[in-house]
Amino acid sequence: MNAPGVVAAPAAKDFKSATKPVWCPGCGDYSVLAAITKALATLGLRPENVAVVSGIGCSSRIPAYTTCYGFHGVHGRALPAATGLKAARPDLTVLVASGDGDGYSIGGNHFLHACRRNIDLTYIVMDNHVYGMTKGQPSPTTEPDWSSKLAPGGTGLREFHPLVIALASGANFIARAFSGDPNGCAALIAQAVRHPGFSFVEVLSPCVTFRPEQREWKTRVHSAPVEPTDDPGRAARRLMTDDGFNVGVLYQGSRAPYRPASRSAQRVEDLECQFRL
Amino acid sequence: MPVPTLEDFMARAYAMELEATERYAQFAEQLDTHNNREVAQMFRKLAAVEALHAKRILEEMHWPSMPALPPAYAWESAEGPETAPFDAMHYLMQPFHALEIALRCELQAQKYFEDIAASKAPKNVREAALEMADEEREHVRLIRDWLKRVPQAKPGWDEDPDPPSTTE
Repeated sequence: MNAPGVVAAPAAKDFKSATKPVWCPGCGDYSVLAAITKALATLGLRPENVAVVSGIGCSSRIPAYTTCYGFHGVHGRALPAATGLKAARPDLTVLVASGDGDGYSIGGNHFLHACRRNIDLTYIVMDNHVYGMTKGQPSPTTEPDWSSKLAPGGTGLREFHPLVIALASGANFIARAFSGDPNGCAALIAQAVRHPGFSFVEVLSPCVTFRPEQREWKTRVHSAPVEPTDDPGRAARRLMTDDGFNVGVLYQGSRAPYRPASRSAQRVEDLECQFRL
Repeated sequence: MPVPTLEDFMARAYAMELEATERYAQFAEQLDTHNNREVAQMFRKLAAVEALHAKRILEEMHWPSMPALPPAYAWESAEGPETAPFDAMHYLMQPFHALEIALRCELQAQKYFEDIAASKAPKNVREAALEMADEEREHVRLIRDWLKRVPQAKPGWDEDPDPPSTTE
């Protein structure tokens, strides 16, 4: 029992809403949801001090499954919405949830500029190399030779390399996690939230319905054999030999986060004036 | 991971049963959502069995409620030894698959306790671990018997010409 007036720190379950996920059983996103709630509990945060912003896709359903503030926005536009939110409410911890289609294709441009701006956000991208919600079209991270009913013979297109792009664009923290290790994933997300600036965590999160072969990822992932670096050159050289299954923190930079100068709050009536036709 | 006292060991055992209960309950919910009621019901049964084991530990230790649990990251494996991984699931799975998952979990739990029983832990911890390992061995036997009573999955059980599409 707590002393009078002392409120117990929320546990992971306190960050889970009563809405039941509709993901396919076996989906890696269940683990990522568990990892996010564990990370938030580990950090001693309270649901009312956290916002989860997303775009569109299976992974983007996460805000509904948490008790934090949530914004389930427009396809590919989670990062601009989250950037605006963090600029207006720097006191909030802002997490952005996305997938490889939403984040790297439709929202690819926003990804570059969010890295460049280095605003204090944690960007969690659940990468399953496929558009699962719309029945399995190839995504930017799909292998060129992945043959399916919707792309017979494969696309023949080179994959997008999110970690390389994040590093080149200026992200301040870059890591890769695996949904098959929810506790390890939680630890990496907690680390990303603690790190100031734009933190990017790519989570390998299998789609067992449209990419059942991804169940084998658990035999392929391995801990990165090196310590994180703050040297972008060294991080870039490491990425040259990255097999896509190294898990851990790749880069931890020290660039100061972008914090827009705070302006005095405007009255709602004044804001409405700006939208009057 | 050293287990210094009997209380610590029992707290871990309790955490293990609790995690297994929660995971099976989540699996039941997932399959309810996908209208696979038969297997959902089976996971609900498995969750109830694990909850019973957890309750028994509380009674045995005369703990009124949940003890201080070891840190969440204390397991040597990614999750608790008796916790089924999320990726074990499929929306078209059959009772046979649910029991296979349960069998794997019970075998892992048995090994976990056997390892502690064979470790350099204090005598009372090793004795308790041996007892738990025996219980898990009995569960393994029961699930193997249960498996004999359900039809085996035929090849192609997971083929679906029109796989699910989630709407926003």
